[in-house]
Amino acid sequence: MSQKLVVIGAGMASGRMLEELLALDEGAYDITLFGAEPRGNYNRIMLSPVLSGEKTYAEIVTHDADWYAANGVTCRFGEAVVRIDRKTKRVISAGGVTEYDKLVIATGSASFFVPVQGNNLPGVIGFRDLDDVEAMLEAADKPHSRAVIIGGGLLGLEAAAALNEQGMQVTVLHLMGHLMERQLDPAAGQLLQKELESRGIKVICRAHTNAILGHGRVEAVLLEDQSMHPADLVVMAAGIRPETRLGIDAGLHTERGIVVDDQMQTSDPDILALGECVEHDGTVYGLVAPLFDMAKVLARTLINQAAAFKAPEVSTKLKVTGVDLFSVGDFGDEHEEIVFRDPGLGVYKRITLKNDRIVGLVMYGDTSDSTWFFDKLKSAEDISDIRGSLIYGSAAVGADPLEAVAAMPDSTEVCGCNGVCKGTIVAAIGGGATDLAALKTMTKASASCGNCTGLVEQVLASTLGDDFVVPARAGICGCSDLTHEDIRQIIKSQKLKTIPAVMQEAGWKTPCGCHVCRPALNYYMIAEWPLEYADDLQSRLVNERNHANIQKDGTYSVVPRMWGGMTTPSELRAIADAAEKYNVPTIHVTGGQRIDLLGVQRDDLPAMWADLNTAGLVSGHAYSKGLRTVKTCVGSKHCRFGTQDSSGLGIKLEKILWGSWTPHKVKLAVSGCPRNCAEATCKDVGVICVDSGYEVSVAGAAGMEVKQTEALAKVTTEKEVIDLTVAFIQLYRENAAYLDRPYKWVAKVGMEWVRDRVLEDEAERLALCDRFEISQTVYRKDPWVEQAKPEYCLNKWAALADLTLEAAE
Amino acid sequence: MNNWIDIATLDDIPPRGARVVKTRLGCVAIFRTADDKVFALDDACPHKKGPLSEGITHGNAVTCPLHNWVIDLETGMAQGADTGRVKTYEIRIENDRILLDGTRLVDRSLHCADGAA
Ligand code: SRM
Ligand SMILES: Cc1cc2nc3c(=O)[nH]c(=O)nc-3n(C[C@H](O)[C@H](O)[C@H](O)COP(=O)(O)OP(=O)(O)OC[C@H]3O[C@@H](n4cnc5c(N)ncnc54)[C@H](O)[C@@H]3O)c2cc1C
Ligand code: SF4
Ligand code: FES
Repeated sequence: MSQKLVVIGAGMASGRMLEELLALDEGAYDITLFGAEPRGNYNRIMLSPVLSGEKTYAEIVTHDADWYAANGVTCRFGEAVVRIDRKTKRVISAGGVTEYDKLVIATGSASFFVPVQGNNLPGVIGFRDLDDVEAMLEAADKPHSRAVIIGGGLLGLEAAAALNEQGMQVTVLHLMGHLMERQLDPAAGQLLQKELESRGIKVICRAHTNAILGHGRVEAVLLEDQSMHPADLVVMAAGIRPETRLGIDAGLHTERGIVVDDQMQTSDPDILALGECVEHDGTVYGLVAPLFDMAKVLARTLINQAAAFKAPEVSTKLKVTGVDLFSVGDFGDEHEEIVFRDPGLGVYKRITLKNDRIVGLVMYGDTSDSTWFFDKLKSAEDISDIRGSLIYGSAAVGADPLEAVAAMPDSTEVCGCNGVCKGTIVAAIGGGATDLAALKTMTKASASCGNCTGLVEQVLASTLGDDFVVPARAGICGCSDLTHEDIRQIIKSQKLKTIPAVMQEAGWKTPCGCHVCRPALNYYMIAEWPLEYADDLQSRLVNERNHANIQKDGTYSVVPRMWGGMTTPSELRAIADAAEKYNVPTIHVTGGQRIDLLGVQRDDLPAMWADLNTAGLVSGHAYSKGLRTVKTCVGSKHCRFGTQDSSGLGIKLEKILWGSWTPHKVKLAVSGCPRNCAEATCKDVGVICVDSGYEVSVAGAAGMEVKQTEALAKVTTEKEVIDLTVAFIQLYRENAAYLDRPYKWVAKVGMEWVRDRVLEDEAERLALCDRFEISQTVYRKDPWVEQAKPEYCLNKWAALADLTLEAAE
Repeated sequence: MNNWIDIATLDDIPPRGARVVKTRLGCVAIFRTADDKVFALDDACPHKKGPLSEGITHGNAVTCPLHNWVIDLETGMAQGADTGRVKTYEIRIENDRILLDGTRLVDRSLHCADGAA
């Protein structure tokens, strides 16, 4: 019979330990896993991107129900262990007593709450688990809400940046003279502070918190200098405290953490411990890399294999989009040092040397060579030969990145989080893992924080040669290496309101972009600053500049709007008249329930538009990345099966949404009953009327891909349908990458994320609707009206000159 | 010998934009770059005659609106992997007026007439 293993704490360390153990010997133990959080193991370090909205919780789960089931792990989540009885070898929890043969304590640590009056008021929270993140997001949801972060270290700054991203007014109170003083020297700390301040985050150093004030809920933080900082939310990020209570109560040898030996054994041979709750050789750790090493050792100890934990060198990166920062080792003043600064570029590097060996490194603004330097530090390489050009990095020392990767010894650590060396990766590639996903599964490289993804890909490239092409994930186009998502983030956080400003701040490599990035940037500006930004026609593709679809022969097609696919005799007559007057060669009934006049000469467009306008017809935007059509069926007005007025609702939706610009085109449909004659279930937003109301679904597709919509909600009134639709489209407008249709964007952010904002959170839904309406005050108008004006035709549209006679001489 | 024809002022063309001049043998596109350089090219892409004046102008180049060939405005050469060349015309700027060389337009008429034959 296998022995009973009880694990306390379902955190990052225990998750990894269980994997190691199961891989070594899956039958060795009957495993019971206790977790105080009401959920299983997840990648805690990614809570920052979850807080900023860049990731969803679902994306950071590392072990799901299937995994526990498949591996026979009994889960007791949401159940804290309250006592360990070493004599009878049992643990006590709300669910009763559980016996163990071996016990593992992996209780991590808890946020340290600075001991001042008011630190227990509602609204004062730590930053440790998903519940904290949810509480913060709730506070951030209220418009104009303010957050005070106590502590300007790694955790505090990630929280500050994320909450700022979420629209809160953020103040960071830091006790020391400069930010992240444990990892950064003052110069780099200053640069970081400047960067955060430019995003609108207030930073106060040497801030001694005196008290937290509020009646029934937090309202402000009072400093010793008597200054007051109003707050709807206070985040305690002043440090962590190892969660050692169970160990102390059980009489285990405990100092700052539960003391373990090299085999991860506590003072009781049947109890082992790992993670942030332990102390090894006088050190308590707060980053995952060493914990994963502990996991390997502890798993081996459990099956009586020899292994020993050795304290590793740990490096730090800050996970804040747009901030490149790397720090490792010792940067005390007593050593020699080499410093490089480029204030223009905001780059700062500092290498600390001792006996011609690198012992410390701080990089800010450009961290591309961090691995190259870190490697030299870990291997204690003598750098006297290359000292002159050392600070300029690998390129200056004559190594091309791929060559440098090829030259790296197998022992070089590539993935810091998971302690994966180059040799392990190369071996896995030899074993058939020829892409990133396979490598992640086989080696765990790049599976945690993802910062080393680029490097892992370079190892793939240098090992496989031409068989592997490093994916061009990054750049929006040749003008910038930043992704669409990065750029949207930069525009928002730095409040950039012109295209040249974005190009300047984001370091565009070309003077004025190209046909790929300019339309995207123009869209992002319109979406972000609807009232302030003036649409740039020169950054529009031809169709959106001329408000008609260009054809292969340079003529255009014109599609007037037919609201909800409904029309009238007089509209049809106006269309017929225009077709005759302007010699339209082809008339086609489109798949979007309206009429397309094809083959119109460019010179005729303004007059034709004027005629159609006079008859009450407006542009159908058949050319736009914007609202296209709302298809409807006739519904309850005529159809014997119709349950609601589907065409009436379609018309209402179209009248609200028309003219809006979106990342890609948006199409809707409303069907009067589940027979679904308007094909609502393959649209970006589809509504199906039923007896009891309306079923709203989103993210369908029927173009290059075919995909059924996913349910968003079932509601009872037209008003609810309209609000949900508008909120969904606004969320899409604010977040999607240019040229991602809604279904592609939803696949990236997850339907759950969308539902949380559009459906679950009423305040957010209404705010989205408000923002959409603000934008529509500018854009709900017919572009043809402007372009049909005589002065527009003369000064912007017509030929500059007519030389048909002159050139003929 | 040049035959300079005054066609417009600089401000008649939006920066990073273009407008056309009509001739008997089709349009000539007049481009103005972000830094106020002016170029004149046949308004027909070497690929499939797309109207270059309707493209997006960036740096000293324009992207054709039909299939995204990129044409260098100075030389008329297609960039990158594409090959082909558009005829270019000389331009002079005097007191913010744009002057186009008429001699070349005549040459072109002849040349195009030949080509079309
Ligand atoms: C006119 C029309 C065909 C017709 O005569 O019926 C049409 C014509 C074009 N479609 Fe379409 N699509 C038309 C309905 C559709 C539909 C059906 C629908 O809307 O119900 C679809 C599938 C549904 C969808 O959008 O997912 C459709 C999927 C596409 C796609 C693929 C989109 C995708 O994301 O997969 C493209 C390419 C693109 O947009 O990048 C496209 C692009 C085009 C373009 C704009 C191609 C181009 O760039 O020149 C065509 C313009 C022709 C012109 O000059 O007018 N068209 N196109 C239809 C106009 C509807 C309208 O009233 O506005
Ligand atoms: C926002 C954030 C960002 C971070 N970023 C980074 C980073 O970029 N890089 C990095 O290396 N590290 C980072 N860290 C630190 C890293 O997350 C921790 O080092 C790591 O999670 C510690 O693992 P652990 O298993 O020891 O503890 P945890 O992951 O905290 O797990 C402990 C678990 O035990 C549970 N528990 C506690 N007591 C009991 C009990 N009595 N009964 C049952 N269950 C109990 C807790 O609820 C918790 O779920 C970050 C941490 C946070 C919070
Ligand atoms: S969807 Fe229903 S209401 Fe509409 S036409 Fe078909 S049967 Fe009639
Ligand atoms: S016609 Fe210009 S790219 Fe095809």
